[in-house]
Amino acid sequence: MSDAVISSTRRIPLSVGPRVVGIAGLVAALLLAEFLIQAGIVNRFIVPPPSAVIVALYRIIVSEDVFGRFLRTAGECLVAGVLLTLFGVVGGVVMHRFKLLQQACETWVAAMAAAPLVLLYPLFLVVFGRNIWTIIMMGLLSGLPPTILKTIEGMSATRKVLINVGRSFNLTATQQFWKILFPAALPTIFVGVRLGLIFALINVVGTEFLINYGGLGALITDLAERYDLAGTYAAICFVILVSVVFFLTLEKVERWLRPVD
Amino acid sequence: MATGDAILSVDDIVVRFDTAEGPITAVDDVSFKVRPGEFLSVIGPSGCGKSTLFNVIGGLLSEHEGVVSVAGETIDGPHKSIGMVFQEESTFPWRTVTDNVAFPLELIGAPRDKRIERARHFIKLVGLDGFENRYPGELSGGMRQRVSLARTLASEPKILLMDEPFAALDEQTRLLLGDKVLQIQQSLKQTTLLITHNITEAVQMSDRILVMTYRPGRVKRIVDIDLPRPRSSEIVTSAAFGRYVAEIWNDLREEASRGMQDEESHVLHHQGAAP
Repeated sequence: MSDAVISSTRRIPLSVGPRVVGIAGLVAALLLAEFLIQAGIVNRFIVPPPSAVIVALYRIIVSEDVFGRFLRTAGECLVAGVLLTLFGVVGGVVMHRFKLLQQACETWVAAMAAAPLVLLYPLFLVVFGRNIWTIIMMGLLSGLPPTILKTIEGMSATRKVLINVGRSFNLTATQQFWKILFPAALPTIFVGVRLGLIFALINVVGTEFLINYGGLGALITDLAERYDLAGTYAAICFVILVSVVFFLTLEKVERWLRPVD
Repeated sequence: MATGDAILSVDDIVVRFDTAEGPITAVDDVSFKVRPGEFLSVIGPSGCGKSTLFNVIGGLLSEHEGVVSVAGETIDGPHKSIGMVFQEESTFPWRTVTDNVAFPLELIGAPRDKRIERARHFIKLVGLDGFENRYPGELSGGMRQRVSLARTLASEPKILLMDEPFAALDEQTRLLLGDKVLQIQQSLKQTTLLITHNITEAVQMSDRILVMTYRPGRVKRIVDIDLPRPRSSEIVTSAAFGRYVAEIWNDLREEASRGMQDEESHVLHHQGAAP
């Protein structure tokens, strides 16, 4: 038999080409911004030149305890991320299992996903006080809906033939879940966790900013109030770094759990 | 054939479905028996209830009249004696070929090294040695169907039940896979029930062919295929093969025409009903 291997869905490591193009694109955008600002086309009192932001990076590392704040924000995101994965996936599985619950609640969860939940921070301040739990809970609350919805979607989209394979092997309900439904739904669940983490990160930093407490969000408030524009943008770079670290880690976890799609 | 000779008995199966247009009888009073080691094909036009019958025999469809029994034991639901191979691609994309094939052994709690050893045996049997650590996404459609076949064989069923397993494949691959299935069936003396709409495939592989009528699906007749064994796809060029194909097509043509007319009147009816 001479069947050919027709396709490969194994993730190919990013080759040098796309990386170079990506970095070159970023550098070109920064150079363009630098030129526009230095030439006076863009107001430097609204957008600081990238060169000033790069200088400010070192300054805020030395004088603003950026690493401590980075770890604090990252820690809050990590706790919110772990909780939203746990509660979101379990919530989605339970809602998928009990159709009445799904029919009753799915619209509400979808509405929650679209709502500006960050506006609830005064309520959370009253409930938890001005501390780290207000920030974590704000992150958790905003990250839950997409995780729940995507978990339901992943479970519901499992191909019927795979379920029938399980049935033909006489699988118990528990075996059917762990051996077929869950691994089949995993890629979609990870999309939900990614979305949840995005929402959580936005809300963690946003709440830090609003209540002026904690890590990088609070630092951005301080720097903005001092009208240190370059410092503010430099702090935002560290927020982006938190996001990058989380997504790279999540991708590793996904590859470990499911080596191919 | 006496009931005692049969490893699989299908008796008086009737399946009705409620549809928007009222109840329809998909399968009506179907009875047949399969002998140990026999290769029986069930052939019929689209809509004759072949896949419904597959689900009834496999235990996936419990709402039916009549009885299915394996070696005299009435079965009600999926049974370890019946291994199913589905028409749709059914490998687990998150498992390697070895882990896919070892799946039924994992379910019975076989130790890992034993599982791997048995899985490799069946992988070799379907001609996929060298692909043990590949994922289904890296294989062609024909190779994936062989993985499904190996996985089912690994559960060592008494009866192999296949529902148009090569329907999605091109004709050449289908013929070559037919050879592979025949080799396996003959080497294991595996009782096999194949559901198909492909006459060539049925004649190439079967000892007997059960021809079904168009809706409601009934047994029209059973044809004995008296071609020499071992067979391969080369047999399709023989005159005897051609005669069997023509004979079965004669039976099927009327049913297929009825099916086509029924579909056309269905479409016309819906178009007429549409605003």
